[in-house]
Amino acid sequence: MTFRILSKRQLAYKKTLFEVEAPDVAAKALPGQFLIVIAREGGERVPLTICEYDRQKGTVSFAFHEVGKTTKELGTLNEGDRLFNVTGPLGNPSNISRFGRVLCVGGSIMIAPILLQAKALKAEGNHVTTVLGCRGDEFLFMKEEASAVSDEVHVASDDGTAGTKGLDFLEELVSSERFDRCVVMGPVDMMKRVSEITRPYGIPTFVTLTPIMIDGMGMCGVCRVTVGGKMMFGCVDGPEFDGHQTNFDELIMRQRTMLPEERLSSILWETNGGCKCERK
Amino acid sequence: MKGNEPGNVEATAISLKDEDVPMPRQEPHERVKNFSEVALGYTEEMALKEAARCLRCKNPQCRKGCPVDVPIPEFIECILQGEYAEGIALVKSKNALPAICGRVCPQEQQCQMKCVKGKKGDPVNIGRLERFLADWERDNEGYWPEAPAPTGKRVAVIGAGPAGLTAAADLVRSGHSVTLFEALHVGGGVLSYGIPEFRLPKEIVQREIDYVRRLGVEIKLGYLIGRIKTIPELLGQGYDAIFIGSGAGLPQWTGCPGENLGGIYSANEFLIRVNLMKAYAFPEQDTPIRVGKHLVVIGGGNVAIDCARISMRLGATVCLNYRRSRNELPARREEIENAEEEGLACKFLSAPVEFYGDEKGWVKSMRCTCMELTEPDEKGRQGVQPIPCSDFEIPVDTVIIAIGQTPNPIIQRTTEGLMTNPRNGTIVVDAEGRTNLEGVYAGGDIATGAATVISAMGAGKRAARSIHRYLMETPRGERTSTGN
Ligand SMILES: Cc1cc2nc3c(=O)[nH]c(=O)nc-3n(C[C@H](O)[C@H](O)[C@H](O)COP(=O)(O)OP(=O)(O)OC[C@H]3O[C@@H](n4cnc5c(N)ncnc54)[C@H](O)[C@@H]3O)c2cc1C
Ligand SMILES: Cc1cc2nc3c(=O)[nH]c(=O)nc-3n(C[C@H](O)[C@H](O)[C@H](O)COP(=O)(O)OP(=O)(O)OC[C@H]3O[C@@H](n4cnc5c(N)ncnc54)[C@H](O)[C@@H]3O)c2cc1C
Ligand code: SF4
Ligand code: FES
Repeated sequence: MTFRILSKRQLAYKKTLFEVEAPDVAAKALPGQFLIVIAREGGERVPLTICEYDRQKGTVSFAFHEVGKTTKELGTLNEGDRLFNVTGPLGNPSNISRFGRVLCVGGSIMIAPILLQAKALKAEGNHVTTVLGCRGDEFLFMKEEASAVSDEVHVASDDGTAGTKGLDFLEELVSSERFDRCVVMGPVDMMKRVSEITRPYGIPTFVTLTPIMIDGMGMCGVCRVTVGGKMMFGCVDGPEFDGHQTNFDELIMRQRTMLPEERLSSILWETNGGCKCERK
Repeated sequence: MKGNEPGNVEATAISLKDEDVPMPRQEPHERVKNFSEVALGYTEEMALKEAARCLRCKNPQCRKGCPVDVPIPEFIECILQGEYAEGIALVKSKNALPAICGRVCPQEQQCQMKCVKGKKGDPVNIGRLERFLADWERDNEGYWPEAPAPTGKRVAVIGAGPAGLTAAADLVRSGHSVTLFEALHVGGGVLSYGIPEFRLPKEIVQREIDYVRRLGVEIKLGYLIGRIKTIPELLGQGYDAIFIGSGAGLPQWTGCPGENLGGIYSANEFLIRVNLMKAYAFPEQDTPIRVGKHLVVIGGGNVAIDCARISMRLGATVCLNYRRSRNELPARREEIENAEEEGLACKFLSAPVEFYGDEKGWVKSMRCTCMELTEPDEKGRQGVQPIPCSDFEIPVDTVIIAIGQTPNPIIQRTTEGLMTNPRNGTIVVDAEGRTNLEGVYAGGDIATGAATVISAMGAGKRAARSIHRYLMETPRGERTSTGN
């Protein structure tokens, strides 16, 4: 396989979407699954969620937020460049059935993959309410796409420059309307918050956990999370889990275990001229 | 008293005294600072001297101890005659990966255990001689088998570990068209991600994989079977038979509270970071590893010893924590001695109870309990039990849990009707490697649980033979084009 980047789309500041040639992956991809992407030979294996697939064209898309060395490096690649490897589809697909009224909440970069779920849920005949969460107006993207695949769209931002400020409005929403299911993809603290909001109403809530991963196929156990008091592997038992059963605090702690090393890696890369941005 | 000092010992003198030719190795204080190979290999002169010790028995016992039936006295004879090309051809007629086997096989429990010379003195160092030939071939024009007549049959092999590589090589040499699917981005299985660089340089593994590729096997990396394609799908897509060699890569846990703290690695995580992702060279390499000052490895097998030896090379003070006593250590003697030379400390008869973390969630200490061996049962195996009120706490900042691996479960989970052993998750096969599904074979660690490189290769060979028979006997069905 070639893994050629067919198109690159700038979603927002430091947020990019790639459409990549990978026919065998595209043939099996389903909403909720992820890929392990290796940018170049010798590079790190990074897990990224599938945002779109086209079985005819043989392509899959993923969106990434430039947070550390590897994602920054990915950001420097362009249409026509080749990725060293794209392994997938990995993880269990989401349950896409007719539930009734579904609430889809996507935060930050994960807005892109939540829309794939929203689209699939809508196609199953569900009433879909989508919430897009972002830091502020300049970080919001895919609002039109969201409208196209949802019955209702709400926007919320940390600073209030887009839609409502904060997630408080969600409390009102779930208390005034019936929801049969809620799916959340986004930063861990946001998934935790949404799970807390839906818990009193007994809305089955599913979150896509993003522990650190290496192989993504059940061999290393770095992705272990605690759900319902039991140890689970994010990559093979998930990535989607019951949000009301998830130990989010442990996940947050485990995500930070290599922080100093990740920072070093990122700083070295930038000082060695890897970064093409004008900052500094 | 060294037999390898050039010129001062006659070959005859050696065979009289009957001491083997020692393997030159990096000195402990040097090697503990690097990831280069520890055992340096025989020179031509050493190989000749060691080969001269072989009696070339009429009824060689050594060969009976070899799981893949390498013609041992014959290849040793070739070394003596200086016919290295012929020697390596003989080895490769049975063993596609001699440079690897010569380095990591437990010969002392196989061929060398049976060697008649071992009754009185040192057995012939068959493994070192095998390695000598394989390394000679690396630097010289090697042996190349003739291309077989194509049979028009297609076989899918899953997993590029020793079982899969061997099966693929044998099948392609029987004229079948073979596709090898490997989930990781690098082939080799445990040879690449598990066994450390200083015991088995990855460049050597890569060369053996290239050899299999040059034989005509198509290797597809990054294909997790069960997800990208399932076994039934492969059968439906024109593969006439399948061999599953997906290994035992699922880590086991102690179940003690605090196991999810930062700084606690499974052996697999640790090994994958260091070997596969080359974290020992971080930050030149992207994947990091963190080892602190006081590191405890829990376990006592080869995997535990490998983790300990790597950790010492990364600068940690390492203590091995094993719940039985020294006599029960399952690791190879030679490796334990190597590790102790490098500074390994061992705490026997002790098992973890709980791990404690600091405010950042990083492990800072662990509580252990002392253990005692129980009376042997009727099979003669001793159990262990905790001694009440014997707990003690030790400060640690890194823990590696190396208490075993079980089979990778994805294929079993995604192949309906495939018979597995409910106790340990292995795929059930018969003596020829057949599963209960027609045309589907399995072998290596996936069928036996964690074992050895050579037993995985043996299983790959047996399965390849029976797949070949199955394919040649089955009436010709619909032919799909191979379209490589
Ligand atoms: C199942 C899954 C799906 C994901 N989907 C997406 C996605 O669609 N888009 C996206 O932008 N990101 C996604 N992530 C997170 C993404 O994998 C990380 O942002 C990426 O690995 C960071 O790599 P880096 O080298 O650039 O940064 P690093 O230098 O490795 O890390 C920077 C920061 O990212 C966190 N991080 C590092 N590695 C991981 C990891 N493997 N998983 C989660 N967090 C990590 C660290 O805690 C740190 O705070 C997903 C993660 C998982 C596990
Ligand atoms: C640290 C360590 C040290 C060891 N040292 C020694 C030693 O010194 N001597 C010795 O003889 N033995 C040693 N062993 C044991 C030996 O390595 C194994 O018994 C042997 O590698 C088993 O071979 P295998 O082919 O069955 O499986 P593996 O080597 O495990 O290979 C299986 C391959 O299948 C791939 N795979 C798994 N699932 C899938 C899937 N669904 N689709 C596609 N691919 C898949 C895996 O990625 C892997 O590459 C050691 C093991 C370890 C972990
Ligand atoms: S048993 Fe020992 S002495 Fe006899 S042929 Fe084999 S290696 Fe040589
Ligand atoms: S990422 Fe290694 S087991 Fe999940």
